[in-house]
Amino acid sequence: MQTLLYLTATETDGSLGQPALEALGAAASLAAALPETTLLAGLVGAQVQPAANQIASCGAKRFLAVTGTDFAASRYASDAAAAAALIQASGAMLVVAPGTARWLRCLPGVAARVGGRADTHLTALEVVNGQVHAHRWYYRQRMEGVFTRAQRPWLLLVDPGSQPAWSGLPGQAVLEPLAVTLPDHARRTTVTGIREPAADAQTIRPDAKLLFVAGAGWTKKQADGQTHVPEAERLIRDFLRLSRASLGSSKSLVDLGGEGQAVLSFLSHLNQIGQTGATPRHPKGLATCCHGEEPHTVGWRFINERRAISLDPNCGWARGKADVLYVADAFRVMDRVNALLAGEANV
Amino acid sequence: MPYQIVVCGSLVPDPLQTLEPVQGPAGPALKNEMMLPAWLDPWAGHALYEAAHLARQQPGSQVTLVSLGPKAKLQQVMMTVAQKVPFAWVALDGAAGGFTDPAETAAALAEAISALPGLNPAQLLVFGGWESATRGAGVTLQTVAERLGIPDVFLGVDELKVLPDGALEVLERIEAGRHLISRCAGPPAVLGWATGNLPEPKNNPQIGMANMRGVLPALQKARPVQIGAAGVTFASVTLPKQLRQTRTVKDASPDQIAAELIAWFKS
Ligand SMILES: Cc1cc2nc3c(=O)[nH]c(=O)nc-3n(C[C@H](O)[C@H](O)[C@H](O)COP(=O)(O)OP(=O)(O)OC[C@H]3O[C@@H](n4cnc5c(N)ncnc54)[C@H](O)[C@@H]3O)c2cc1C
Repeated sequence: MQTLLYLTATETDGSLGQPALEALGAAASLAAALPETTLLAGLVGAQVQPAANQIASCGAKRFLAVTGTDFAASRYASDAAAAAALIQASGAMLVVAPGTARWLRCLPGVAARVGGRADTHLTALEVVNGQVHAHRWYYRQRMEGVFTRAQRPWLLLVDPGSQPAWSGLPGQAVLEPLAVTLPDHARRTTVTGIREPAADAQTIRPDAKLLFVAGAGWTKKQADGQTHVPEAERLIRDFLRLSRASLGSSKSLVDLGGEGQAVLSFLSHLNQIGQTGATPRHPKGLATCCHGEEPHTVGWRFINERRAISLDPNCGWARGKADVLYVADAFRVMDRVNALLAGEANV
Repeated sequence: MPYQIVVCGSLVPDPLQTLEPVQGPAGPALKNEMMLPAWLDPWAGHALYEAAHLARQQPGSQVTLVSLGPKAKLQQVMMTVAQKVPFAWVALDGAAGGFTDPAETAAALAEAISALPGLNPAQLLVFGGWESATRGAGVTLQTVAERLGIPDVFLGVDELKVLPDGALEVLERIEAGRHLISRCAGPPAVLGWATGNLPEPKNNPQIGMANMRGVLPALQKARPVQIGAAGVTFASVTLPKQLRQTRTVKDASPDQIAAELIAWFKS
């Protein structure tokens, strides 16, 4: 008999968010596919009863909990203490958790603490000949590996967006609270807040259907020999407002800001896609004024349908990286797109 | 307050190169791995520049770069990195590829850090990139923290500010383009950097000359370490089916393209 622990933190209201439900889907399927495996749930947060009730029918035999104000915020020392206590109390040899910023920070350290190993950014879990096989990407999404591991406890962090979310009936779960007393050194850090752009200025929208990528071409000299940065800024801003797309950028475009050139004011490194940027998940992506070089397009690994607008018919997108390449002036095309979208909005 | 800033940073293949997996004697590897031109791992590079920036602001601070990689490649990468910012260097000679286990890398790094002369936890900040561009795991630094007994870890850091009372204000990337703001009482702490806010420094031959005095002796002293992935068995490593059948649309008017795009957004 072995134990598989599903480990997660709750949202501020005590419920579970989408990444947590996806990891639960993966954990429950894995437990069902492995011989003689019991699923337990381990929940961390200020309050966790709503979460336990939400997933009461997931098949977990026990719901262990570390709760209290000490465990509300995402802080390495307290999260690590809670996670280590839950893993040890459950006796789990396999642990499945969502790959959120909070758990990606803490669980690799916890693995070291409990004498096991952690693997992150897993995109699939399966059972082959009674063994767990994990899938992940190497060299920034350039190649995919499938592997298994002998060390236990094995902590598996599932990439958000890669799994179907668990769904099932809520119920009344019985919590088993674990007392975790934090040493003083675990309180050296306090979380003081969150910095985020005002709601209407937030251009990173993980739930958007469309990723809109702006490349450095928006700031380059155009056919008339001039740059048109204010116009580029207006076109992109209008498109984001009308389409609710998420904004990505090439590295060259965000780097211009650091080099003191005129640059689109609402872009930051957080928008950067690629080798040294993000690898977001959206069903569709539209690249504009971007050359589609490999260090950029590795960040498109999880964008299913891809289109691009570039003046250069020989850019990277033309070479099998996009489904459709429009060889055209993005200023003129986006102006028309915005006009059509605005017309629809006014109907 | 002066800090001892230790930056963990190694090398990665040039991202413009084509990478192809092959089966090596001890598991997967890259085709012609030793022939590929190498770069400083980009996020570790940001950590190094941020370390140098902090050291300039806090007189008496020292920056030590600890690198674990194949010796010959490290030497090549140091030729440019040494010209960027001043640092002392400790090299470990071992594998740095994507299929190694970060727990093994972290054990070697932690051992090298604890052996640094005059190490003082009350001044110690351990920096590195939040993920490597090889494994992309984001596991090494937390493991180093656990091995060194450092209770505070931050990952995806874009900003570090020393507050008037000596506390550290740290901004970490979290979901949906936001930053978590934390206040840490002070060192010791481990910080895995994302991009930060500094541009890559220009090459400075004077800094290069000063650094190079330490680089060659450090290379000579580089201790061999065995880094692999004990316990891990790869079933496969494959390149994605990369190429799409691109349809290139050349002579359509902006209106036609706009209409086609809108239909696509809605499909
Ligand atoms: C270590 C390393 C890491 C890197 N990491 C990243 C990364 O994470 N992300 C990333 O993006 N890059 C990364 N790069 C850089 C990458 O190699 C490219 O240099 C970069 O992606 C180019 O950006 P771009 O396509 O926007 O700009 P450019 O190469 O300048 O291309 C601009 C394009 O705009 C087109 N254009 C201009 N005007 C118009 C118009 N009116 N209408 C339509 N098209 C127009 C041009 O034809 C051209 O194709 C990295 C490089 C290195 C060495």
